Amino acid sequence: MSFSAWSALLAAVALVIVVLLKPDPLPDSFFDGLTGDVDRGALVFAAAGCASCHTAPDAEPSDAPVLAGGRTFASPFGTFVAPNISSGSRGLGTWSDIDIANAILLGEGPDRTHLYPALPYAAYRNMTRQDAYDLIAYLRTLPSAITPNQPHDVGFPFNIRLGIGVRKTFFNRGEWVLETVQTAEIERGRYLVEVLGHCGECHTPRNFMGGLDRKRWLGGAPNPAGKGQIPNITSGKLGWSKDEIVDFLKSGFTPEFDSAGGQMAEVIAGLSKLPQSDLEAIAAYLKAVPALD
Amino acid sequence: MTPMTKMPLVSAVIGMIATVAIGADHIDPAVGAAIKARQSHMQLFAFNLGTLGGMAQGKIEYDADAAQMAANNLQALASVDCHPYFIVGSSNADASGTRALPAMWEDPDGVMAAFAKLQGATAEMAASAGGGLEGLQAAMGALGGACGSCHQAYRAPAN
Repeated sequence: MSFSAWSALLAAVALVIVVLLKPDPLPDSFFDGLTGDVDRGALVFAAAGCASCHTAPDAEPSDAPVLAGGRTFASPFGTFVAPNISSGSRGLGTWSDIDIANAILLGEGPDRTHLYPALPYAAYRNMTRQDAYDLIAYLRTLPSAITPNQPHDVGFPFNIRLGIGVRKTFFNRGEWVLETVQTAEIERGRYLVEVLGHCGECHTPRNFMGGLDRKRWLGGAPNPAGKGQIPNITSGKLGWSKDEIVDFLKSGFTPEFDSAGGQMAEVIAGLSKLPQSDLEAIAAYLKAVPALD
Repeated sequence: MTPMTKMPLVSAVIGMIATVAIGADHIDPAVGAAIKARQSHMQLFAFNLGTLGGMAQGKIEYDADAAQMAANNLQALASVDCHPYFIVGSSNADASGTRALPAMWEDPDGVMAAFAKLQGATAEMAASAGGGLEGLQAAMGALGGACGSCHQAYRAPAN
């Protein structure tokens, strides 16, 4: 083959890769036939833990949180800064419902760029259409903030967003970790833990590409923010009864009356708003996942 | 080198190894004592919270006198000046056996604000614990929030 033929082939391959890795957005009809319910959306918001990342670093817990962004999250790939997702024009004010859904479910920005997986869209991918629409309806009722977005501090090669597309093809396949569920309660728990709660993002160790090691699901992981270990919450290590797990998620107190700390304190602030049946479902799911040492 | 001239060198090497070995595990006794004291203080919180939390969760039968006693203890514990426990050089960056983050020393105003929140929550508990289970349960939320918000900002996860 001549040089020009090689070049043409190379260009064609590159084009195919770029096209393959370009995100495929949701259809405009995605929410057709649905009505967003603000009250239900508030519960989705609480379960999904949005406030624990998107409120300002010094924000107090609130029933109408200001999602101004600005918190930083250290990782081996760089430091991510949570964006403003308030209802104002610096936040989601100019985004359509489909724009927001593309971001939450597919990790895709309105300009069809890949978003960094600090936003746990690999988990949110299996969010029901109704939950997503309720959540969006609720987000639009929250206060606006004028805080400008700050750039992430991510070095080469992770600053090439197309690379996120490669990662997505490996890790965003929407498969359940616990494939078979015995009861409706465990099924609900699976949805709350694997999807909305995105518990695995902290409690499961990661591989070299930053994807979750599903063989060590919820088996504990190094603390990305420094010293210490995010605990193993499978029954191989967590010896709490179902009731004790529910009490912890509701009150933040362990059976020994130590209190939840770190990010978990914020998670509890959200989860404690959920109905008792949901907390019981989470506990039932945790009892059902494979026990790891 | 003769054996005699070797000796100082050997002792110097042994001395260096010993220093490194001790240094790795060495902890200033004052720091160790402060860490032990503050952890004991936290243990007393947990013990009294156990009484109130057990009642709130329905695991212990509500007893107004016992609840009031535990709530008074919490309020007393929250009135202790903890500065001597948190001496400089006793964060988890400087010493082992502690989860106290350096942020505590970098943000004294934040710590004092969190501590004031705890004092408010224990006062509220002391005012309501003896008056019935419902009041106790209502006061438990703020108390849990006060514990959590301080541990969120200033304590590392366990190992």
